[in-house]
Amino acid sequence: MPPLQKPLFPDSPVADDAAAAAVARAAVAPDLADAGFQLDGERRRRWWQRTLKALSPGFGGVLLLFLLWEAVVASGWRPEWVLPSPTKVLGRVWNELFYADTWIALRITMQRALLGYLIALAVGVALGLAMVRLKWLRGAFGGFTTGLQTMPSIVWFPFAILLFQLGEGAILFVVVLGAAPSIANGLLDAVDQIPPLLVKVGRSLGARGFSLYRRVVIPAALPGFVNGLKQGWAFSWRSLMAGELLVIIGDRPSVGTRLHFARELADAEGLMAWMVVVLAIGLLVHALGFGLAEQRMMSKRGLLGAQR
Amino acid sequence: MSGRLVVEDPQSVAIAVRGVSKVHGHGPAAVLALDRIDFEVQRGEFVCIVGASGCGKSSLLHLIAGLDQPTSGQIGVTGGATSLMFQDPALFPWLSVEENVAFPLELRGVAKAERKSKVAELLALVHLEAFARRQPHELSGGMRQRVALARALANASHVLLMDEPFAALDAMMRDKLHEDLERIVAATGLTVLFVTHNVREAVRLGDRVLLFSSRPGRLAAQWDVAIPHPRRIESREVSELAALVTDRLRSSSASSPHAPAPEAAVS
Ligand SMILES: Nc1ncnc2c1ncn2[C@@H]1O[C@H](COP(=O)(O)OP(=O)(O)OP(=O)(O)O)[C@@H](O)[C@H]1O
Ligand SMILES: [Mg+2]
Repeated sequence: MPPLQKPLFPDSPVADDAAAAAVARAAVAPDLADAGFQLDGERRRRWWQRTLKALSPGFGGVLLLFLLWEAVVASGWRPEWVLPSPTKVLGRVWNELFYADTWIALRITMQRALLGYLIALAVGVALGLAMVRLKWLRGAFGGFTTGLQTMPSIVWFPFAILLFQLGEGAILFVVVLGAAPSIANGLLDAVDQIPPLLVKVGRSLGARGFSLYRRVVIPAALPGFVNGLKQGWAFSWRSLMAGELLVIIGDRPSVGTRLHFARELADAEGLMAWMVVVLAIGLLVHALGFGLAEQRMMSKRGLLGAQR
Repeated sequence: MSGRLVVEDPQSVAIAVRGVSKVHGHGPAAVLALDRIDFEVQRGEFVCIVGASGCGKSSLLHLIAGLDQPTSGQIGVTGGATSLMFQDPALFPWLSVEENVAFPLELRGVAKAERKSKVAELLALVHLEAFARRQPHELSGGMRQRVALARALANASHVLLMDEPFAALDAMMRDKLHEDLERIVAATGLTVLFVTHNVREAVRLGDRVLLFSSRPGRLAAQWDVAIPHPRRIESREVSELAALVTDRLRSSSASSPHAPAPEAAVS
């Protein structure tokens, strides 16, 4: 690629020299026009490369952890029936995949997660937007929302069980309570951090009211909002697991009930196998659901996140 | 919009600024940025504002653009709308170069095909055709400023407000854009209010040059530039008038806060 034309003369009124400017005028345009196309090829990554890239940091760490775990087991610190080796546990995970029950449990858990998260999303966005628009609401509930966010969701369960009995309602209630404040706060912070200049530019270019929101405020707030969504997912997944361990519904097998029964039966291998499943689901949703979208967004805007 | 002046003579006047003062902040931290500014810009006129840093030039443009309200006084713009090119390029980082330029077109509901050709035309005007698909962060500061110019032009109001648009450009690109801007203005009959630190640039471009004194910002002097077109920034006439303006700029920024009343000198 030909190098871009460098300014030959410093930009000061004294340096405006007739001959130099004339030469320069002739030289500027063609070089700039050439420089555009050649970089494009290397920037486009294939989707599977991006997927791998999104997954790799999480799984590298997991691999390291497994090696460490294998070493601890090999040292004979605890008997194998209490602390099974990772190869055994992973083997068990693999075996579990062939039981219909496993898939039923996974399906029920993921349905709860999805439903809970969607409700939390709706509640969180509504609450966040309301607090963005209404100062008094923010004054009244802003601190309270942050308080809710820091409250361990398990604290809510006794109350939830009183309200909804031992049932789906109790679990859903706590999942929504866990995630919604993070989403609302994420939205609020994101809007607070929009550079006011961009909003001014939007207005000066004719965006008003709804179109200003749609075309400027929302895209400008997106990175912060995605952060809130991610945090909301982490909170809702934690709340869900706590809920499934506490609220065992007889005919509704789930990831939580599998953990619970493995403990009852002192089946350490099964227990750890399901813990691995919990970790894997959390990571997968995080990496595939948010990681990919976030990476795209960050690199498009030239933000640091792209350099991972 | 509240407090906007209705221009009495819309046939000839494009911008009317009447006794405008602007105080930024409150209480002890309050800054009188602009003090009773009075001037008019005729339709199709190219007026340059020069003045020391912090004398309220950007504040004035924001007031005229309706992005901020004056503390006292009134502002009127014929037709109401202005295009403002900010001191900072302030491109939308989530949009590509061409999408940034298309932004005001989309808001006006320009059809897709027309939008596309208009964007291409505007990008060609600022010599950035090859960068249409890039993101703003991939451009140099001067290139971003040129995209911002294209975007402001896409807004297509009759009044173009420009806040130090070419400060980040090298001398030759700036000369090129001076010519282009002159060509666009001649072709479209735009009214331009152009803020700059560079006195020569002001004389090179303007039909009239307004000098602002600082702290508080006041209209200290103005000159009609009677130099025939095409002008060159390095010509003798431009240099001579620029020297005159610069002398006045020095004395006004050194003098007491009570700058003399506006006067008119003719080159
Ligand atoms: N939002 C604000 N809040 C408080 N003070 C402000 C604000 N904006 C501007 N000022 C003050 O008003 C004065 C004028 O600012 P302004 O940006 O209009 O100057 P300027 O002439 O454009 O300067 P420059 O040439 O450096 O761009 C300055 O003293 C500045 O500190
Ligand atoms: Mg300024």
